[in-house]
Amino acid sequence: MRDIIRFENIYVNGGSSVVGKTEAKGPLARYFDLCEEDEYFGKDSWEKAESEMTRRTLEKLFAKAHISPEDLDLICGGDLLNQCVASSFGVKEFGVPFLGLYGACSTFAEAVICASMFIKGGGAGRVAVCASSHFCSAEKQYRFPLEYGGQRTPTAQNTVTGCGALLLSGEPSDIRVADAMTGRIVDAGITDANNMGAAMAKAAADTLTRYFESSGMKPSDFDIVATGDLGREGYEICTELLKDSLPGLTDKYTDCGMLIYDLEKQDVHCGGSGCGCSAVVTAAYFLDKLTKGDASNVLLLSTGALMNPNTVLQGQSICGIAHAVHFERGTK
Amino acid sequence: MSIPCIKKEANAKNLTGDVMNNENYKKYAADRAKRSASALNCTKAFAVGGLICCLGQALSNLFISLGAGEKDAGTLVSVSLIFLGGLLTGIGVFDKIGKFAGAGTLVPITGFANAIAAPAIENKTEGFINGVCTKMFVIAGPVIVFGTLASAVYGVIYYVLTQVAQ
Repeated sequence: MRDIIRFENIYVNGGSSVVGKTEAKGPLARYFDLCEEDEYFGKDSWEKAESEMTRRTLEKLFAKAHISPEDLDLICGGDLLNQCVASSFGVKEFGVPFLGLYGACSTFAEAVICASMFIKGGGAGRVAVCASSHFCSAEKQYRFPLEYGGQRTPTAQNTVTGCGALLLSGEPSDIRVADAMTGRIVDAGITDANNMGAAMAKAAADTLTRYFESSGMKPSDFDIVATGDLGREGYEICTELLKDSLPGLTDKYTDCGMLIYDLEKQDVHCGGSGCGCSAVVTAAYFLDKLTKGDASNVLLLSTGALMNPNTVLQGQSICGIAHAVHFERGTK
Repeated sequence: MSIPCIKKEANAKNLTGDVMNNENYKKYAADRAKRSASALNCTKAFAVGGLICCLGQALSNLFISLGAGEKDAGTLVSVSLIFLGGLLTGIGVFDKIGKFAGAGTLVPITGFANAIAAPAIENKTEGFINGVCTKMFVIAGPVIVFGTLASAVYGVIYYVLTQVAQ
């Protein structure tokens, strides 16, 4: 089995992030480029709102990197909506070749891996990657209508309203994509759709174990090891799963779903989830740490829960997947 | 460098035995998952549900004092509470009350009104027929199915018993 994918000259040339109002009240607010108070993003449906959010994120990315859409060869992106519409409708006006990806909430890392492979293989020179989720469109599709008066269990998570994007190319910059590992689908047998953390924790542990086995690196080589959206429940399970096999991990290990909200003050139960979660935390917070030199090595594991409302009703278990991407400051 | 890693040790139970065994893992995950605060939720549900019933009784008394018969007053109470449930859903207040009260608003007829109104509002972007009208029964559909079915069964039993009694 091919494990780690090493990259030589894939660089991060910029990042952008757009979030909603709940995220703007969280501890990472100052790192985001745009915080939108209006849940509709000036549109008239949740689906259009999410597409608009994606459009604005890419627009911001282009502005920050001083490029125009014509300078791009490819956009790799995805979201949680049926048929991946938020991303495809969001990028349509740019007229750039587009690959729509779906990896549930692991989509961001999946997009970074695909984009890096495209650049490595010579199929593209400059690629934008993006991933988005919107609390309202996700609730509408996966759970209950927003106005429905119900209660959620303590292990539930809050879908992040946010879109994060990175610009990748072969043009040298301070930050590069050093290596990556594609995750395996892990069926942990969990059927509770309100406990995604437990459903994904085992997949995260699987990829982390494989990553550290085949990369020859140790958790102490990293400044941050972050899972995408395990939330507090999944974070604690993952810690428990790896406490013997990966000593030293707990000192470096965090979770984007726990970083993005204040779990004590905000009513988000176990933390954030959704494609946007690891995308905005990486594109805003981790990128800032890497740019300023506060961190030199960041391992991102975007975690995804693979299911749809029908498979859950059929009693099928929720599978997990986790893709790893290693961002490194400074060239070799 | 300050990375807010949350070093809180995994709480509750330690994972023992073969973690690759899904039955073992499922049990572990279920055991450690925090439960909803049942006692607190039941108390809130009792209080809010009770208040709704009091409101219903007050409305009933009002309608009777205005000259309605007892049976008509009951119907008018249902209509009024459904209207209130729909209205509060429409102005975006019901979900907040529901989050607090749980079964307290779910069980009375207000919950039924909310379950119809909420998806109707949510899906108005898909059009009046295919959005509002189709999706409004997504949550309350089973209630209507079983309600209709139960009334038919009740009717048959009632008919048989009255025939026997004659």
